Amino acid sequence: MKTATFKVWRGTSDGGDFQSYDVEIDHGYVVLDAIHKIQAEQANDMAVRWNCKAGKCGSCSAEVNGSPKLMCMARIDDLDTDKPITVEPMRAFPVMKDLVTDVSWNYEVKASIAKFKPKPADQDDGTWHMEQYDVERPQEFRKCIECFLCQDVCHVLRDHHLHDRFAGPRHFVYAADMEMNPIDTGDRVAQLRDELGIGYCNITKCCTKVCPEGIDITDNAIIPLKERVVDRSYDPIAKLVGMVTGGAGD
Amino acid sequence: MADYKTFEHDVLVIGAGGAGLRAAVEAASADVSVGLICKSLLGKAHTVMAEGGVAAALGNADERDNWKVHFADTMRGGQYLNNWRMAELHAKEAPDRVRELEGWGALMDRTKDGRMNQRNFGGHAYPRLAHVGDRTGPEMIRTLQDHGIHQGFDVHMEVTVTRLLMDGDRCAGAFAYDRNTGELMVFKAKAVVMATGGIGRAFLVTSNSWEYTGDGHSLAYQAGAELLDMEFVQFHPTGMVWPPSVRGLLVTEGVRGEGGILKNSEGKRFMFDDIPPLYQGSTADTEEEGWRYVVGDRDARRPPDLLTRDHVARKIVKEVKEGRGSPHGGAFLDIAWIKEHIPDAEAHIKKKLPSMYHQFKELAGIDITKEPMEVGPTTHYVMGGIKVDGDSQMTTTVPGLFAAGECAAGLHGANRLGGNSLSDLLVFGKRAGQHAAEFAKENAHVSLSDDQIEAGEREVLAPLNRDPGDDVGPYRLQGELKELMQDKAGIAREEEGLAEAQAELVKLKARAEVMGSGGDRSYNPGWHTVLDLNNLLTVSEAVVLGAKERKESRGAHSRLDFLEKKPDWGTFNHVITKGAGGEMEIRREPIPEMRQELKDIIEEQG
Repeated sequence: MKTATFKVWRGTSDGGDFQSYDVEIDHGYVVLDAIHKIQAEQANDMAVRWNCKAGKCGSCSAEVNGSPKLMCMARIDDLDTDKPITVEPMRAFPVMKDLVTDVSWNYEVKASIAKFKPKPADQDDGTWHMEQYDVERPQEFRKCIECFLCQDVCHVLRDHHLHDRFAGPRHFVYAADMEMNPIDTGDRVAQLRDELGIGYCNITKCCTKVCPEGIDITDNAIIPLKERVVDRSYDPIAKLVGMVTGGAGD
Repeated sequence: MADYKTFEHDVLVIGAGGAGLRAAVEAASADVSVGLICKSLLGKAHTVMAEGGVAAALGNADERDNWKVHFADTMRGGQYLNNWRMAELHAKEAPDRVRELEGWGALMDRTKDGRMNQRNFGGHAYPRLAHVGDRTGPEMIRTLQDHGIHQGFDVHMEVTVTRLLMDGDRCAGAFAYDRNTGELMVFKAKAVVMATGGIGRAFLVTSNSWEYTGDGHSLAYQAGAELLDMEFVQFHPTGMVWPPSVRGLLVTEGVRGEGGILKNSEGKRFMFDDIPPLYQGSTADTEEEGWRYVVGDRDARRPPDLLTRDHVARKIVKEVKEGRGSPHGGAFLDIAWIKEHIPDAEAHIKKKLPSMYHQFKELAGIDITKEPMEVGPTTHYVMGGIKVDGDSQMTTTVPGLFAAGECAAGLHGANRLGGNSLSDLLVFGKRAGQHAAEFAKENAHVSLSDDQIEAGEREVLAPLNRDPGDDVGPYRLQGELKELMQDKAGIAREEEGLAEAQAELVKLKARAEVMGSGGDRSYNPGWHTVLDLNNLLTVSEAVVLGAKERKESRGAHSRLDFLEKKPDWGTFNHVITKGAGGEMEIRREPIPEMRQELKDIIEEQG
């Protein structure tokens, strides 16, 4: 077994610093295994969130060598163990302790988005006729595990801190899921423009790059939503027609 | 005077996986105030790990299916130790519970004619599992979460309950702490629903997350509830075995549902040997017939790879023991072979089993569209649990305390069929929520005495105040417990080992009782682990006691010293209670006689 050095950020909202730990690495180890080993043997009170250790719950998000990753899916074999491996909390959210951040803002934003609103059932058993083709796209969005790595890497949140006016990629994916659900009748276009701040996204695609589920966030969710916003609010011909007929857009 | 925050709800739901969320949704619809406690963040609970599907006799994929067949399958799979009333309600109500999810935003995979698709699974006569690829659990929990956040209940995230609070013999709330801040919390409630899931973290090799420490089982037991059939712990036959980092991680039964086959190191399909008598008539004789079943030939019988989990797990262990295992001590599970029958097999596998493809590719460096997987049994589920009334889900001995989902017992008997847990938590989560709300309305007055709150505070803070001393620390102590349970109370048990386990558990308990955690109250996992150990030790004691008393092999419970099933042992359940002196007691309770119409159904379904 080889040994690797981990520099783990330890601290609270008042500040902190990296501390070094040497860990023996077994076959197939992921970063979360190393963190657990440190916790069990060297630092019992080291704070880390995790649940499934299988890439399905999205709890163990952190920054490994500066990249936003799920620690349970970050294989140590893929990292250079000649140098110390740094592990630090997500930087777009307030630190609580060590690797744990306060992600409660995400839950507040989600609750503010207009909820799913199905049309009346069209089948005798109270369900809806939907073809596989029609559900495929929203199914892509429903793979989201809410790890918030896309939020962490988005410069609008991470660097500009516009949490008060920008919902972030996760919530555009959520909105797109409902907007593209074949039986949904809700309308979130005005909300996306006015409250969720979709216009702040300048499609740098950082979110797409870090998504552990491989959701094509920018191309499949954000851009189509932006198009809906533009169609509704900024289409010059529609605006002209609206001025003539007296009916305005949103 | 204890320093704590107080919260009041008509109904308090403890646990926010599928069962807890479904209970909270239902209770909130009954116009009572509801609080939901999550041990983790909302939406992260262990339901996310469910893969293959949710069992419901929708009859979409095969119109011959109906609740009667599902009922008979469930009873047969449970070796008739099931609470037949629960099996009946479950089979009848599961279709509606699954259908309503689509009205809340779920998007299941479709049949060609635009309905919810269903897939084959072990022990189910027809393709019965509605699914989304192999991520059905995430789909369900997200649907319930996204619907739930608009139903007006309060969510308390990252909160752990350490004791139930009582008003006389009635449950009246819970004592808890906030995992982030270490603040103490008192919840006052008119009814409490336990939905805390299972106990898998008591075993070394498990598919379960850290949360599965048997909290609900243990807290309910301490409060006077009865535990039922705790010896029945399901070892899922297919967990990953290599590399060590992912040992135990679940490989969905859906792999076999989609045509995956089990082979030993000699390349033999060993599942064709030793078909259990209950399934001889319904199992394929040849590999060719097995494949026809997979692709939907109605005249073909099920391949033996899809026999019930208890049997498949034992067969894999046998192959390994007799020297025909895979290099890392498992069996081979091959889905890549379907390319012999399906033209675009690689794309098909990726479409039907995306998480499995991803999981093996990322964590084991194996491409399942080209190579076989190595799999072996992993602790997956506990059939045993809190004894409840089949209709209302209220515990049999503690008024106001309800239980649903994995922490409740009865539906699955001696062995659970795949897919029946997701439907279990929908059907009985709803029932628990509904009846808890009714109970809260009818029994409005509740009061809490200060002495139990003070006791709650003392026991929670004690590990922080103790000197950590020279013992190995909470994680390693938990490690010792896991090894003990794996070794002595795992998939193969015998009298001597179980007696040793009992003696060892006494010693571990004594050490846990004086263990100090070090650190302070803010997000201190060492402290949390010391507190979780109490529950793990209690449920381990119950599993070992039940296993020692059941001197036969039945369903998931295998005794090396009693290899056969004893017919007269199929007539009772084991009930565990806390004795007057605090010691754990076990007794046999006869299974109530089944209604004639249900007997007839079982007869008809063969």
